[in-house]
Amino acid sequence: MGLTAEESGRIAALLDTHADKLTASWTDTIAVSLRGRLTRAELLKQVQDLHRATLDALRSGDFDLAAAGSGALRAALVDLSRSRARQGFSASETAITVFGLKKALFDVVDTRGADPQVLADLIAAGLMIDDLGLFTFETYAKTREELIADQAEQLLELATPVVKLWEGVVAIPLVGTLDSARAQVVMERLLETLVETSSPYAIIDITGVPAVDTQVAQHILKTVVAARLMGAECIISGIRPQIAQTIVALGIEFGDIATKATLADALRHALRMIEASRKGRSN
Amino acid sequence: MTTDVGLGEPQVVTIAADEDVVRVRQLVRTVAVAAKLSLVDQTKLVTAASELARNTLVYGGGGGAEVTVVDGGRRRGIRIVFSDDGPGIADLDLALTDGYTTGGGLGLGLSGARRLVDEFDIDTAAGQGTRITVTKWAR
Repeated sequence: MGLTAEESGRIAALLDTHADKLTASWTDTIAVSLRGRLTRAELLKQVQDLHRATLDALRSGDFDLAAAGSGALRAALVDLSRSRARQGFSASETAITVFGLKKALFDVVDTRGADPQVLADLIAAGLMIDDLGLFTFETYAKTREELIADQAEQLLELATPVVKLWEGVVAIPLVGTLDSARAQVVMERLLETLVETSSPYAIIDITGVPAVDTQVAQHILKTVVAARLMGAECIISGIRPQIAQTIVALGIEFGDIATKATLADALRHALRMIEASRKGRSN
Repeated sequence: MTTDVGLGEPQVVTIAADEDVVRVRQLVRTVAVAAKLSLVDQTKLVTAASELARNTLVYGGGGGAEVTVVDGGRRRGIRIVFSDDGPGIADLDLALTDGYTTGGGLGLGLSGARRLVDEFDIDTAAGQGTRITVTKWAR
């Protein structure tokens, strides 16, 4: 929504005349809502910056948040909602930072017996503040989405380390849900590490996987087959009693793949196999 | 997520994407823990729910899951209804055969899920969508 040049000028005058009272009342409103998580001094500084940016935008002529003259105001709102989103403030706590101006305006301007012109300006100012609020809210939501996307990506990376347990034995501890995207990452990591370390044994530990359904099993089986094609043998460890019973009931067969209850058992198994093949060679 | 389990209050999850399968799993686990199912039964039910939710998504083209705590006299149970408006299952016996799949999976989801729960009821016909009701009782 845009304002005419006259409206912009009058609202600017309104904001300017009551500047100190407005920023004080505005800050109070926000402070109550944030319950002391930001100091009053910090809030006052933010409010004063916003107040100044709004004034500048209004003075640039007929106000429109999307116009070039409001660039600085948009930047200020973006900064504000970004920092609120990153600091973990809720959507309404972020919105109140902008909408606080409306309440302050209604508090400061005496509407009893006021000139109809003043009332009309107040309504126009209210609509303008709604615009600022919507913009802030959108930026806030966008920032949160970015944060979530970043975290999902980080999780994908974080949750799949391949560790070298022993000479010739690598292990990949799986944690959480093994969906198709993660299964792909797991398989790639494991196969790469097998080549890098030229390890003949890989242990896939599923202690941290809460439920093994047919999809998870299929991903694991495919990884094992791929590793075999590269000449490495996989051992699956971390099969807890409830998982074992579920796998049996589901009817999943791991065939001739070695499975162990714990990672220690799997490592012992791998070391024994390495020892056996060494002896076989020396005889 | 809510942990107090009221009898007969169904909790509904829409199944439209991969993440929803995870949400169904988490809801079922929460409810199963609250209904005091043993760890083995929790795992079995969660796994069955995971299979059926994925079937709803992959073969039914999406749908919903409804989780309810039911009272069976001396014991409590959990009933989950998966429904979709997909193409339905034309040959149910074949679909329930171990190893039969039309989607490149292991072919154990439907038949396996039936073995993981205490009661399994399936209502489907070609072109009619599919509605699967499973119940697991606390022992």
